[in-house]
Amino acid sequence: DGVLMFQQVPLVEIDGMKMVQTRAILSYIAGKYNLYGKDLKERALIDMYVEGITDLMQMILMFPFSPPEAKEKNLDSVKERATNRYFPVFEKVLKQHGQDFLVGNKFSWADVQLIEAILAVEEKIPAVLSGFPQLQAFKIRMSNMPTIKKFLQPGSPRKPPPDEHYIETVLKIFKK
Amino acid sequence: MAGKPKLYYFDGRGKMESIRWLLAAAGVEFEEEFLESREQYENLLQGGSLLFQQVPMVEIDGMKMVQTRAILSYIAAKYSLYGKDLKERALIDMYVGGTDDLMGFILMFPFLSTEDKEKQHAVIVEKATSRYFPVYEKVLKDHGQDFLVGNSFSWADVHLLEAILMVEEKKSDVLSGFPQLQAFKARISSIPTIKKFLQPGSQRKPVPDDKYVETVRRVLRMYYDIKAN
Repeated sequence: DGVLMFQQVPLVEIDGMKMVQTRAILSYIAGKYNLYGKDLKERALIDMYVEGITDLMQMILMFPFSPPEAKEKNLDSVKERATNRYFPVFEKVLKQHGQDFLVGNKFSWADVQLIEAILAVEEKIPAVLSGFPQLQAFKIRMSNMPTIKKFLQPGSPRKPPPDEHYIETVLKIFKK
Repeated sequence: MAGKPKLYYFDGRGKMESIRWLLAAAGVEFEEEFLESREQYENLLQGGSLLFQQVPMVEIDGMKMVQTRAILSYIAAKYSLYGKDLKERALIDMYVGGTDDLMGFILMFPFLSTEDKEKQHAVIVEKATSRYFPVYEKVLKDHGQDFLVGNSFSWADVHLLEAILMVEEKKSDVLSGFPQLQAFKARISSIPTIKKFLQPGSQRKPVPDDKYVETVRRVLRMYYDIKAN
């Protein structure tokens, strides 16, 4: 039907546009709802943090589609990257400025992306935050923000961890 | 204000090339430090310069920026190459997302095994001609303007030209079914800053060769073959 610009999903119909490209969609929403910092430099920080978190989330995204024999190795990689590369960065950011939010003392896209990632990794590695007291506090703070708290409750549009049915569906639709 | 932006990367295209293109298009002079040894990389790491232990890294306006997309967005916005409002930004982001995906297939190419290279070559040409180029061909045809977004030169135009030239290096006649893109290529290449960047002696990097691959592998200790996707 010509609706999918590059023949891919996600697709979001918003403000008269049929938007594709996850990053583009997220940037638009962040910009529209004032979750993108107050100036170019805060944007730059948010973009850096979001991109880093996205790299970590990408490993989790691919996980259900990896072959059974690779799953344990991939899980180890997620744990290694989370605890050695990504979480230490945000632990340090929060410790250094002592503020509630990652950027500009104000709730932003970066905070949302980080709480999502923390929860996703914890689903695979429950004790992953054990060396990160700032992130533990951050997780609680973010989870208590009214809009986020609501999203974390049963019955919200939040999706559960991928199951067999989800994987099957994706593979069936994309099979050539 | 700090001096010229300084780019930290290998002496080759990789993920830094799009940043070189955009700075050049904006008429911004920049310096480069090339990673040649593992030691240099470890010094950068130990110095805390690489937020996620990775390059590209660009020192710009007092920041040590990492993450290619973040760096490009900053440069685009700073030099007014990011549209005039949120909706034009959205279009530019979508278009750049597409050309980024396309160039991603080419980025990994030098690191593939010989047999995977052959398959990947076909994938690149197929994706370019059936998924990506038709989109931009249609955009240009539908509005009849010189530039992709908002009748104004933007990051999306720079990125598309870069992608076109890279695919042409793989298959020289790949634009044969795309008259709009042929005209676009000629137009954008003639923009003074771009024309200058396309001339010998500029900071544009050549097609990756064995020496480049070997340097990257050595510095990053990346001795495995990447799997094509």
